[in-house]
Amino acid sequence: MALYSDKVMDHFRNPRNVGVIEDADGVGEVGNAKCGDIMKIYLKIDNDIISDVKFETFGCGSAIASSSMATELIKGRPVSEALELSNKAVAEALDGLPAHKMHCSVLAEEAIKAAVKDYYDRNGIEYDHAQFPDCESCGHCSV
Amino acid sequence: MNIYADNAATTKMSRTAVDAMLPYLDQIYGNPSSLHSVGQRANEALASARGRVAACLGCDAGEIIFTSGGSEADNQAIISAARIGERKGKKHIISTAFEHHAVLHTLNKLEKEGFEVTLLDVHENGLVTARQVEEAIREDTCLVTVMYANNEIGTIQPIGEIGAVCRAKGVLFHTDAVQAAGHLHIDVKEQNIDMLSLSAHKFHGPKGIGALYVKKGIALTNLIEGGAQERGKRAGTENIPAIMGMAAALEEACGSIDENAAKVSALRDRLIAGLSEIPHGVLNGDAVKRLPGNVNFCFEGIEGESLLLLLDDKGVCASSGSACTSGSLDPSHVLLAIGRPHEIAHGSLRLTISEETTQEEVDYLIGAVKEVVSYLRGMSPVWRDLESGKSKFVTA
Repeated sequence: MALYSDKVMDHFRNPRNVGVIEDADGVGEVGNAKCGDIMKIYLKIDNDIISDVKFETFGCGSAIASSSMATELIKGRPVSEALELSNKAVAEALDGLPAHKMHCSVLAEEAIKAAVKDYYDRNGIEYDHAQFPDCESCGHCSV
Repeated sequence: MNIYADNAATTKMSRTAVDAMLPYLDQIYGNPSSLHSVGQRANEALASARGRVAACLGCDAGEIIFTSGGSEADNQAIISAARIGERKGKKHIISTAFEHHAVLHTLNKLEKEGFEVTLLDVHENGLVTARQVEEAIREDTCLVTVMYANNEIGTIQPIGEIGAVCRAKGVLFHTDAVQAAGHLHIDVKEQNIDMLSLSAHKFHGPKGIGALYVKKGIALTNLIEGGAQERGKRAGTENIPAIMGMAAALEEACGSIDENAAKVSALRDRLIAGLSEIPHGVLNGDAVKRLPGNVNFCFEGIEGESLLLLLDDKGVCASSGSACTSGSLDPSHVLLAIGRPHEIAHGSLRLTISEETTQEEVDYLIGAVKEVVSYLRGMSPVWRDLESGKSKFVTA
């Protein structure tokens, strides 16, 4: 189907890092089943480095591909870098997403941020709350 | 294996229909309005096609208007009935919540003009009753428009009974028969249908051509102004090749309607039985009162677009009512109308088979859907929550 780039289809057909980390250090879940997409990211963090990352996604092809790409982009990187990952970077790494699918990359960015926030909360690490937009700020789900 | 299971979207043209069109592309190419012999040959073909289409519906040739397709026919029927009603001060229309957008959007337009529209509940089984129609009819009702069979879930409405109620109450009755024509028996006189829309490409005819049956004596309102074609009710040079293809396809389909229905519905039931083995899925629409080729399920915990993409990888062409495939944020209005929650409606799959589908293909479809549903559930956090009991299943 010409709807998606080859990169999107590759990550959709062969998603990287699918699964669950039972003893994760941080877990983030964003989205809404009513809107048709939910992303869940699990992080394993050692010495401030993301040593492992897994995801589970309920959603369309671009939601699955965005999750896969986002996990690839942060695996082995410092937590601070993961926090800087933008939805645009995810979309660009996938050679672009159709305009009406850009919110899938936003979900990926937010899922990672939510997982990092969970890690900070669990470990009593201080952080700037403004770094973590809440789900409502995206505006995708108007329902 | 490549399986086309999206026949409700469109069908492959039959050889008969293609052959019926070809001479009208380069041999009998005249304009039917021309007085010369080349034009008159086209005009004779047009008259014959009109008679053949009329015969398939049980009406007179003079009651058929050729249109660009089902949408135009729906628009013209509804607008015409509204204008007739308006002249008598009647501005109430009855329809159902799960009509095609060609009907619903036309009704929305009329609402903005001051018409009042009652959309009947279609219940969980996707059926309305003649009783509901009867109870909704008011003094100022000018039109009842109820689809013959639903395009997504395939449920067949009691058209004859609704027609009888409308006739008794003196209210015009239109039916969008786009999914029914060529697949189900239609007799507009016996069923008391005043107006009926059909589209050729749903029964192995060409695209861009349809017809509106309108009972003698009902004044049509033009949507397209211009020449005096179609008794002055639809301007524009007639698309003769497409009209010839449609007439041939409709005749062919109606000639073997019982045989096709028996064959296709047996395959449909086999497909439904196979897909029912998938846990936490549900058949959408009545199991019996449905089009021979229509199968529509919702599967919990997955989303329809990824299901379609993976099925496409396995050579299966299907469709879904998920928001991601509808191009809006909401899933299909049909699935919402039968009471499916958003979460479930996103995981819908429509497979529409035809006379050309084989049992081997049906078995392949069952296997492919099972595999893809199970794979997607394996990576779905929604499914994990359902399985672990964190959230509750909606279906059995």
